[in-house]
Amino acid sequence: MMALLDTRARDIRNLPGVGVTAALAVAFLYAPILFLMLYSFNGGRSISRLDGLSLRWYRAVFANEEIGGAALNSVLLAVIAASLATVMATAAALAMVRMRVRRKAAAYAVLNFPLMVPEIVTAIASLIFFSAVGLGLGFGSLVIAHTTFCIPFAYLPIAARLTSMDAGLEVAAADLYARPLRRFALITLPLLAPGLLSGWLLAFIVSLDDFIISSMLAGPGSTTLPVHLYSMLRLGITPEVNAVSSLMVLASALVVILSGLISRRKT
Amino acid sequence: MQDHGDACRLTGLGRTYGRGTSAHHALGGIDLAIRANEFFTLLGPSGCGKTTLLRLIAGFDQPTVGEIAIFGRNVAGMPPEDRPVNTVFQHYALFPHLTVAENVGFALRMLGRPRAEIAATVARMVELVGLEGMEQRRPDQLSGGQKQRVALARALAPGPKILLLDEPLSALDAKLRQRMRSELKALQRETGITFVFVTHDQDEALAMSDRIAVMQGGRVQQLGRPEEIYEAPANRFVADFIGGANLIPARMGPEGAMAEGLGTIPATGTSGAEVTLAIRPERLAILPAGGHQPGDLGPLVVAERIYMGNELSFRLEGAAVPLHVTLPRGGLRGALDFAPGDRVALRPETGAIRVLAS
Repeated sequence: MMALLDTRARDIRNLPGVGVTAALAVAFLYAPILFLMLYSFNGGRSISRLDGLSLRWYRAVFANEEIGGAALNSVLLAVIAASLATVMATAAALAMVRMRVRRKAAAYAVLNFPLMVPEIVTAIASLIFFSAVGLGLGFGSLVIAHTTFCIPFAYLPIAARLTSMDAGLEVAAADLYARPLRRFALITLPLLAPGLLSGWLLAFIVSLDDFIISSMLAGPGSTTLPVHLYSMLRLGITPEVNAVSSLMVLASALVVILSGLISRRKT
Repeated sequence: MQDHGDACRLTGLGRTYGRGTSAHHALGGIDLAIRANEFFTLLGPSGCGKTTLLRLIAGFDQPTVGEIAIFGRNVAGMPPEDRPVNTVFQHYALFPHLTVAENVGFALRMLGRPRAEIAATVARMVELVGLEGMEQRRPDQLSGGQKQRVALARALAPGPKILLLDEPLSALDAKLRQRMRSELKALQRETGITFVFVTHDQDEALAMSDRIAVMQGGRVQQLGRPEEIYEAPANRFVADFIGGANLIPARMGPEGAMAEGLGTIPATGTSGAEVTLAIRPERLAILPAGGHQPGDLGPLVVAERIYMGNELSFRLEGAAVPLHVTLPRGGLRGALDFAPGDRVALRPETGAIRVLAS
């Protein structure tokens, strides 16, 4: 006799064409990146014809001080912006999840609206606004802008973690004579840590990735890696671009894997 | 028994949520004196205000009106961390990232006690609740009963003047619950700490408490020892909530309360007043109709025979409301058995009938 609800009938693999569709989707997603990575090992100068494998373009990248400077800017910017955004997102999440907030839906919308504004609009608006208030271009403006657009990315995992956390634990800590600061430091913060880390890493990646806003606000000397990469393209594409791009993919992948490992370990 | 004063005195205590027409009076007009070293129980159905009252004593919530004094010191308005009171939470609220020892020692650490003292107290508490060898485990490596013990040890470690327990046994299975009842009661005697215990389980309340406050609708309906609450319920609610009772409408006549189909029950009161008779199902003997003696109630007809293993119960028709009679299976009140349709009479034990004002 068949079970009342036969789960096999719902197995997605039984739907026609699933295998082919999935294979095509994966191919479209990853083929260009694999192609780019392959040509970063090209022995020749061409970006469409393979002349043996070599690491010459990686050597060129590491020897290129402009790329090194831009990469350093990018990482520094991402670390600072992600850290500031995480602090602010944590404050916002604590207020939104743990306290009574008037018009919570509105506050939530304000917090997450930046996710929905077209980035080019934010970029142009930031450029005009920062010029108008006399902040000008450069690293400081980049930090402010990156922190701002990183907040919603940091907020989501932190708020999710906080929502799933038992508020009763903080009450219990108060009952056991812990004052508010120690409650936060000894109970809330350690339990929130996986959320904080995911939020930080997400913000870090988003900042590292950003091109449009950075391209508007970066002054001389504060160019980030994506912006520099774009300028390299205008001078002609060489496998050096591929090598830089491959390194960025590698860095992103490492961060994502790290983040995945952390969230798995803690749940 | 070094102190015979009141551990906790509540005066005119009330808690209202919301304002205006949507206001909800969770608690009102609470005047209670909980004695030192007493096992005091707040008993009532969910929503009766018992947990709100506990939260007010603990400081998790603040009263709208009234005073809370703990050993003579007014604590209303103080946060929980300033009150010499600790709580065992319903779902334990153990800190998942800390070990058993760290959980138990948490309060002492917050109070800034020396490391050696904390270690000694933790060892003593762990032994008290029988968790030796588990000190380095984390809460997710413990069973429900073990978590319960950690929660107890954690709340007792700082030596509170009052221990609050919020339905601490409700998450345990029936067998373990029975055992923890005895252990809790023993623990209370051993430590001499005043326990304020919240429960909706009348058996739990009767078995463990020195005194019980039965609550309903944000008010105390009756305060007394378990025997008083059970034997002499103050009103319909208490009679019905504790143990269940036959509640029979009656009218006061010249010779007593007259109940439809039952006859006249000796009682005093204003003639013509509407009253309710409360009779416990196990305080009635059931006899064949016919050998009717003065004071017997009936005759009634057996409508249903309900076999429950340790008890035999009958539902009887013929009065204004269906009556329930329960016989212990040993047959202390005569090994008589009846079948539906039999005509019977009831003989109440002396003092078994309570006359309640309406």
